[in-house]
Amino acid sequence: MATQAEQPSLPTVAKRSRGGWRPGRQNEAYLFLLPSLLGFLLFIVIPVLGSLALSLMRWNLLTPPQFIGLNNYIEIFTRDPLFIQAFGNTLFYAVTIVPLQLVAGLTVALALNQGIRGVKFYRLIYFMPVVSSVVAAALIFQWMFNRDFGIVSAVFWWLGDVTGLPIAPPDWLNSSAWAKPAVVLLTVWKNMGFTMVIYLAGLQSVPEELYDAAKVDGASPWQQLLNITLPMVSPTTFFLLIIQMIGAFQLFSEPFVMTRGTGGPAGATMSIVMYIYQAAFKYSQMGKASASAWVLFAFIFACTLVQNWLQRRWVHYETGEG
Amino acid sequence: MATDLLNMPPRRRIQSRWGAVLLHIFLLLGSVVMLLPFIWMLSTSLKTPAETFAYPPVWIPTQIAWNNYSRAVSSMPFGRFYLNSLIVTISVTVLQILTSSLAAFAFARLRFPGRNLLFLLYLATLMIPFQVTMIPNFIIVRLLGWFDTYQALILPPAFSAFSTFLLRQYFTGIPFDLDEAARIDGATSLRIWWSVILPLSGPVLAALAIFVSLNTWNEFLWPLIVTNSAAMRTLPVGLSTFQGQYKVEWNLLMAGSVIAMLPVLLVYIVAQRWFIRGIALSGMGGR
Repeated sequence: MATQAEQPSLPTVAKRSRGGWRPGRQNEAYLFLLPSLLGFLLFIVIPVLGSLALSLMRWNLLTPPQFIGLNNYIEIFTRDPLFIQAFGNTLFYAVTIVPLQLVAGLTVALALNQGIRGVKFYRLIYFMPVVSSVVAAALIFQWMFNRDFGIVSAVFWWLGDVTGLPIAPPDWLNSSAWAKPAVVLLTVWKNMGFTMVIYLAGLQSVPEELYDAAKVDGASPWQQLLNITLPMVSPTTFFLLIIQMIGAFQLFSEPFVMTRGTGGPAGATMSIVMYIYQAAFKYSQMGKASASAWVLFAFIFACTLVQNWLQRRWVHYETGEG
Repeated sequence: MATDLLNMPPRRRIQSRWGAVLLHIFLLLGSVVMLLPFIWMLSTSLKTPAETFAYPPVWIPTQIAWNNYSRAVSSMPFGRFYLNSLIVTISVTVLQILTSSLAAFAFARLRFPGRNLLFLLYLATLMIPFQVTMIPNFIIVRLLGWFDTYQALILPPAFSAFSTFLLRQYFTGIPFDLDEAARIDGATSLRIWWSVILPLSGPVLAALAIFVSLNTWNEFLWPLIVTNSAAMRTLPVGLSTFQGQYKVEWNLLMAGSVIAMLPVLLVYIVAQRWFIRGIALSGMGGR
C-alpha cells in the first residue's frame, strides 16, 4: 500500500541533530495530533480493548459483568445453531457476491473500454446505485421480489401465461432457498458500478502496444482477453477481490432491511453482522456479541492472508524490467 | 496518484460498425437493468392502491396519486430526518477532515518522538472491522449520557484512522522545500498546514469529503443503534421504521424511498465526475 511514499519522511538517527529544529517544534506536533488522538483513543483503541475484554465476559448491561473465559467462543461454535447458520449464510454471500461482482464489473468495463461513444452516459447509469441509499434500495428490492405483485415475479407469471406451462415464481423472501439469492442480487446491483469504475481505471493502464503485437501474431480477441487483458488487470482483480470479500463478510443493511430486521425465513438470510446486532441489541448478550465480532474479524483476517498467499500464483505485477 | 482516472480517453478503437452496435445493445440492456429498480420505485410511488396490486403490472399509472407523497410526509417526520441527516453528515465530514488533516500533517511533515510507533498503531486499527468496536462504543455513548443525541451520531464517526492514513500519504508527496521556504518567511506550522498543505491537497480533500459525506449520509447501522426517538433518527433509520408502520402499502413506502433518495441522486447527476472520483479514489486508498 503505497509504501514508497513513506520513504522521505522516515526519521533517521543521523537527522536527530538540532540543526533547523527549534525547541518546541516537537510539542507542537503533539498539539496537531491531539484532537485526532483523543478521538482515536476513546472511540477506536479503548473499544478494541474493551471488546476483547467483553468477549470473555457474560454481561446483559443490567447485572455486573461476569468473567467466563472462553465460554462465549465455545458456546457460539458448539451450542448455537443460529451462529453456525449465520456463518454459513455469510459464506454463501461471499462466494456468490464476489465472483458475480467481479465478472459483471469487468464485463461492463471491457465494453466501455472499446472506444465507443456515450461512455459518460453509461458510467452515470451504472454507478447510480452506488451512491443511492442502501435502505431505500433494499425497500425497492423487497417490493420487486414480492411474490404476487413484484416486478420480478411478474416476469415468471407472464412466462407461465405465454407458454401455458405451470411456471410460478418462488415466494422469494419467504422461501429459505430463494431469500438469499434475492439479497445477493440486491448487493450485486448496488455495488457493481464500483467494481466497474475500478476496472476501467485498471484497463487504462494496459499498454496498447501489447494488443498491437498480439494482433500481428494473429491472436483472436478471445486470446487477447485471456493472455493480455486478464493478466494485466490481475492486480486490480486482487484488490477488488479483497475489498469485496471483506464487504460481503460485513453484509448487514441489505438482508436486514429486505427481511424487515428478522433475518428470516427461519434465519435463512441472517448474516454474521445481523447475528451480532441481534445478540447485542435485542438479547443484550454483550459478551457473546463481542466474541462473535472477534470471530468475524479473525475470519476476515485469515481469508485475507490466504488470498494474499494465493495471489503469487495468479497476480501479475509489472517488474519494470525487460 | 490516479487523480485523472475518470477523464479517460477511450483507448481501444473498435474495428467494425457492427461491433459497436452490438456493444451499445449490450450496454443499453444493462442500463435498463440498472435503472429498472429506480423506475419501478417512481412508478409505484404514484399509483393508487388498486394499480399497485395489479397484474399485469402497471408501469405508467393512469391516475397519478400525488397524495401518496403527502400521506408519507404527514405520517413520518421526513423533514426532521432530513435535518438530522444534514446536521450529522456536515458535522462528521468537517470534523473528520479537520482532525485527520491535522494529524496527517503531524505524521507527514513534523518530526517527534514516537511518530512511527503511533502511526503504526493507526495503521493497525485499519484492519479491525467496525463491528468489533461498535458494542463498546455503544456502551461508551451510554456512559457519557449521549444515547439518542447528536453527540452520539456525530462524535464516534468523526475520527478515522483511514482518513488520517489517506491524507498522510498525500501530504508526504508534497515537496518539503515548500515548508522550508515558508518557515524561512516566518510561517508557523499551523500556517503551513492551512496555507501551504491544504490548498495543495484540493483534489484529495474533495474526494475524501465526498466519500465521507456519502457514507455518513447513507450510514444505517450506527444511527440505528444509538437512537430510539423519532426526533433523532437520520433518513435511513427513519425510512426503515417507516417500513414497520406500513406493512403492505407499497405505494407509500416507495414514495418514502423517493423522498429519501431523490436529492442525492440529483446532486450525483449534476456532479457525477466528482462523486465517482471521490468514491473510487478513496475506495482505492488514494492510489
